[in-house]
Amino acid sequence: MPPILQINNVTKTYSSHTALNDVSLTVNDQAVFGLLGPNGAGKTSLIRIINQITGPDKGEILFKGEKLNPKHIEHIGYLPEERGLYKKMPVGEQALYLAQLKGLKKAEAKKRLAYWFEKFEMQGWWKKRVDELSKGMQQKVQFIVTILHEPELLILDEPFSGFDPINAQLIKNEILELRKKGATIIFSTHNMGSVEELCDNIALLNKSQKILDGPVKEIRKTFRTNTYKVMFKGNILGFTNALWTGAEILNKHSDDDVHSVTVKLLNGVTSSQMLQAVLPSCEIISFAEIVPSMNDIFISKVSEGNEALGTKSNYTE
Amino acid sequence: MSKIGLIIGREIKSKLTNKTFIIMTFLTPLIFIGAMCLIFWTSMPEKIEQRLLVIDKTGLFQNTLKGNDFISLTFSNEDIVKAQEEFPASDYTSIMLIEKGSDGNIIPMARILYKKHPGLAFQTYIRQELENIFYEYKLKANNIDPAIITNARQGFSVRMDKVDENGTVNHAEGVQLFSFAMGLIMMLFILMYGMMVFRSVMEEKTNRIVEVIVSSVRPFELMIGKILGIAIVGIIQFATTAIITTTLSVVLSGIFLKDINNLKEKFDDQNAVVNKLGTNAGAALHSTSEFKNNQKMFDTINQLQKINFVKVSIFFVLFFIGGYLFYSSLLAAIGSAVDSESDSQQFMFPVILPLMIGYFLAIKMMISPESNAVVIGSFIPFTSPIVMMARMPQDPPMWQILTSLAILYVSFILTTWLAAKIYRTGILMYGKKTSWREIGKWLFYK
Repeated sequence: MPPILQINNVTKTYSSHTALNDVSLTVNDQAVFGLLGPNGAGKTSLIRIINQITGPDKGEILFKGEKLNPKHIEHIGYLPEERGLYKKMPVGEQALYLAQLKGLKKAEAKKRLAYWFEKFEMQGWWKKRVDELSKGMQQKVQFIVTILHEPELLILDEPFSGFDPINAQLIKNEILELRKKGATIIFSTHNMGSVEELCDNIALLNKSQKILDGPVKEIRKTFRTNTYKVMFKGNILGFTNALWTGAEILNKHSDDDVHSVTVKLLNGVTSSQMLQAVLPSCEIISFAEIVPSMNDIFISKVSEGNEALGTKSNYTE
Repeated sequence: MSKIGLIIGREIKSKLTNKTFIIMTFLTPLIFIGAMCLIFWTSMPEKIEQRLLVIDKTGLFQNTLKGNDFISLTFSNEDIVKAQEEFPASDYTSIMLIEKGSDGNIIPMARILYKKHPGLAFQTYIRQELENIFYEYKLKANNIDPAIITNARQGFSVRMDKVDENGTVNHAEGVQLFSFAMGLIMMLFILMYGMMVFRSVMEEKTNRIVEVIVSSVRPFELMIGKILGIAIVGIIQFATTAIITTTLSVVLSGIFLKDINNLKEKFDDQNAVVNKLGTNAGAALHSTSEFKNNQKMFDTINQLQKINFVKVSIFFVLFFIGGYLFYSSLLAAIGSAVDSESDSQQFMFPVILPLMIGYFLAIKMMISPESNAVVIGSFIPFTSPIVMMARMPQDPPMWQILTSLAILYVSFILTTWLAAKIYRTGILMYGKKTSWREIGKWLFYK
């Protein structure tokens, strides 16, 4: 079966700059896919193309193997970064309107809204006008409207910006719940913490180009730097001597006779060889590999890319 | 297609449930009628009954000065000083004193003392009557027959009639004001509902709801839905206003029209008398200012009655729809390009300017109805709804009306197409001040 979304060599140019340059991606079914990148990298442009708000200049997009077309709109849910509601319109009426625009029948939309209003404890809100609601309440309405038509593909652009921690958690749980039910979620963010927590796969965009993609676990593995954190009791000098040229100490911290050291192994030395070398001179308390966080990878890849291009990030999107 | 229906529905509902909108819909005809009544009422001569005591020491006016429907005269020869003293306690509303000159000649001067100001109409009437009597007296004193003078001093009327290609003669004078009113109303309508579209587009953009919506419908559908929705709102509002205005007018005209009809009857009687009397005396009556004023007024009424209101109304609606669609799509494009109303000034001006030009052409129309500028203006889509409507009571050739309408509708398709291109980029541009250059570039985005 073809993947839910396949983006092939998409290029989008605006008169003054290129927003997307030959970008290809595959999003697999039932995954949480993180679309990452600094401001102006082209994330929103790509998302708008997937939502058919704009069209690509070159390349194609396949939705379940079929060329993207207007009938797919009903299978996609989109929560934009710039999101809002009609201020003077009653909540229920507004939710109904937006659901109908997504192709739901009125009666069905009403039924589903009743379910979600109850689930999110918003029963009393139906007749309230949006400008009577707090920001957090409005966000709940927006989220419900996005998922009400049970999209197979859910696109969330910075979904947690402006959410309070309680609502953010509520939304996170719902996202995982929806995936369990079969939905695929694309999720664009700068918040690397939530990426590690939620995403199975990611793609990193910078300067209109894809510079990295794959499963989060594997990416983190490939970015391993053979660095370990060792905590031990004993003489730090003995520890250092034992390592000799097999490793470099990046950073150390001592508390009485307990030392915590970050070492980077060199010259093909393995972790077992290192442990064997230092064991006679100290008592190991803990030993763990330092796997780079998505945040570290993001920063290193983006700045590497910028250096390669010899420019600083100067987009003003 | 059903989605456009949803958008239209929402647009209509949001306007029709808006309190300000409802109040304005019902208040506007009331204000309109109120203003009309006020104008009508102030222009009517005052009908307060005046009892005037005339103390005429010359004796000239005793039998010649006549009162009218609301001025009753009493003549007296008592002492002027005494009469003046008794006046405050008397039954008279005013007292007129005409003294004889020391040499026995009549000085053309009268003095009126009043308790409450009797009004301009009263003053004018009395003055004219006195003047006429004095004029005849002077002529007679010099042995000149007043009839000769009257006969010699006749107004020369110039009547303008239009002859169309079939040779049908049409009297179209006196409708210029009506023409201008049509043009003005058209301009106000286009502007009012065009601005409604502008605000509605801008509201969706600043509310940040627009991106949610365009992920469900095409931007073009959203824009068209909005424009059509507001057009329907406009028609509903227009119909409501028209119904209220008509109802009120019928009720009120029951009160006012009676006066006009009385006047008309009187005028027709006079006309009959004129025709019977023949040249001399008839000319005398014809030349009185009252008769001339009435003639002008009834001429205008007759001309207005000759206008084919059904035709004018149909074309009004057609030109309104065309003009509204033309301008509202431009205004929608502007609304999408700006973040706030204050940013919109520089874009608004070039759109409002042609409307203003149309308005000035409608004014020019009153001075020279068939000048080239007016005819050209009635074909250019920026001004044609206003100028062609202003020409309508003059009965322009049908081919001109239809051509103008066709140009307007074709142009509307063009502006909508252009506007849609600006719109779909504009609605998603936040926080950047837009320039004309920028908008120009949007036209070429894919």
